[in-house]
Amino acid sequence: MQNSRVKLRWVSKMRDVVIIGAGQTKFGEHWEKSLRELAVEAGLRAIEDAGIYSKDIDAIYGGNMSAGSSTFQDNIGTLIADFTGLAINNIPAIRVENGSASGAAALHEGFIAVASGIYDTVLVGGVEKLTDVPMENITDVISGEIDREWEAFNGSTLAASAAMIARRYMYEYNAKREHIAHIPVISHRHGSLNPYAHYKNTIKIEDVLNSTIVADPLTMLDCAPISDGASAVILTTMENAKKLKNDGIVRIKASTLASDFISLHSRDNITSFRSTIEASRKAYKMAKLEPKDISFVELHDAYSIFGMIALEDLGFFRKGEAGKYLEEGYGNLDSKLPINPSGGLKAKGHPLGATGVGQVVESVFQLRKQADKRQVAIQGMH
Amino acid sequence: MTIPRFWREFEHRYRLIGTKCPSCGRVYFPPRDVCPYCHRESVGKMQKYELKNTGKIYSFTVVYQDIPDFKELKPYIMAIVEMDDGPKITGQIVDASPEEIKIGMPVKAVFRRIREESPSGIIEYGYKFVPI
Repeated sequence: MQNSRVKLRWVSKMRDVVIIGAGQTKFGEHWEKSLRELAVEAGLRAIEDAGIYSKDIDAIYGGNMSAGSSTFQDNIGTLIADFTGLAINNIPAIRVENGSASGAAALHEGFIAVASGIYDTVLVGGVEKLTDVPMENITDVISGEIDREWEAFNGSTLAASAAMIARRYMYEYNAKREHIAHIPVISHRHGSLNPYAHYKNTIKIEDVLNSTIVADPLTMLDCAPISDGASAVILTTMENAKKLKNDGIVRIKASTLASDFISLHSRDNITSFRSTIEASRKAYKMAKLEPKDISFVELHDAYSIFGMIALEDLGFFRKGEAGKYLEEGYGNLDSKLPINPSGGLKAKGHPLGATGVGQVVESVFQLRKQADKRQVAIQGMH
Repeated sequence: MTIPRFWREFEHRYRLIGTKCPSCGRVYFPPRDVCPYCHRESVGKMQKYELKNTGKIYSFTVVYQDIPDFKELKPYIMAIVEMDDGPKITGQIVDASPEEIKIGMPVKAVFRRIREESPSGIIEYGYKFVPI
């Protein structure tokens, strides 16, 4: 790979990082709850699940994309630490903003902090409160993720970007429009089994194709909803976790992150995301695993096409071939590669900053075999 | 949304003025102070470069969303245009109907009104594209 930044020489010196607690709110419309109440609810559930006390937490990393523009509240790291009851402990409480990757970026920061030995036990959370934003402003708030000056100013939106990627993908790979529609169909099927999901209805390929057009060729059912929600996990060292006699320990074998040109127009190719390729290759190396070892995947289907591209960039299928495999049934809970058992962003919901951490919460439930009707088979575990 | 006042004073909004890296020869639009391939070699040396206004559609979509700034235009055509000079640019396609737009179609940049801050507010101009 070009420009590879894989630096693994320090991995042997890192401390093993584990998740000992996970919690989340239901994703959806929370008209009766504020941003702080959502965050506190998820945080307290994670703390309780971990069997620790809030005084045991050394630092908080909170993913959030839009509090400033959606609710005019900034400094939410401090706000949430305060209302979780930690103000008198004066611990560092840091908001991590990284667009739709805010939650995953917060996890990465927490992972680094524990792995390095700087902190022993950290709370990683994510929260977003979007339903208070008037509908006509919400697209504009979300367009904060793309280049405001050179994309959004000229009329582009995140959905328009996804649509232009979809059209180019169909053009380059001669892919069928129906292929892309498999992603939301799978997410809805799995979301219908998840009590935390925003949407519980199942949908068919034809529903996706015939739904209201958002940005041609993508329809409303290709796009994840606007959701409120919060999610949280507690990270600590393996050594600490053993002392706690916590029986729900999930080890993080790798946490990686990568970036790319912010604008689509600056990228050589828009049908593949170099950041996904870079981060996943680094993660496979760090974890000493390959795509064939993976039991299930939680991927970012904010728009259906992103899910298709992720499957290819993560190394599961060759470029342009994801659609063919989806048509054969890949993605379902009992298939070789279950996709988004949580319901994904499309059905479980997409409260921006809470999304990535929420997918980690789902992964914890799956690996502990606590996922009830949506439980997938885990390789190497009996 | 109110945009920073200095945006209106960028000449590259009105003419397609990008930059060229003297080290590798790559042309950038929007302009960059640093070439992502040559880094330090390019710092302080990037040259102004006026792009030819012609290019081809790289990808496009028809937007049906309700966006306060573009409500009157809905539905409108957004595209990424690959300029003959190399860079790709995001802009609207106008003076055309969605059915006739195709990837690879030749277009040229024209000077148009983009949005206004309010009915009696500042009008902001920039580039859009029309089929040739």
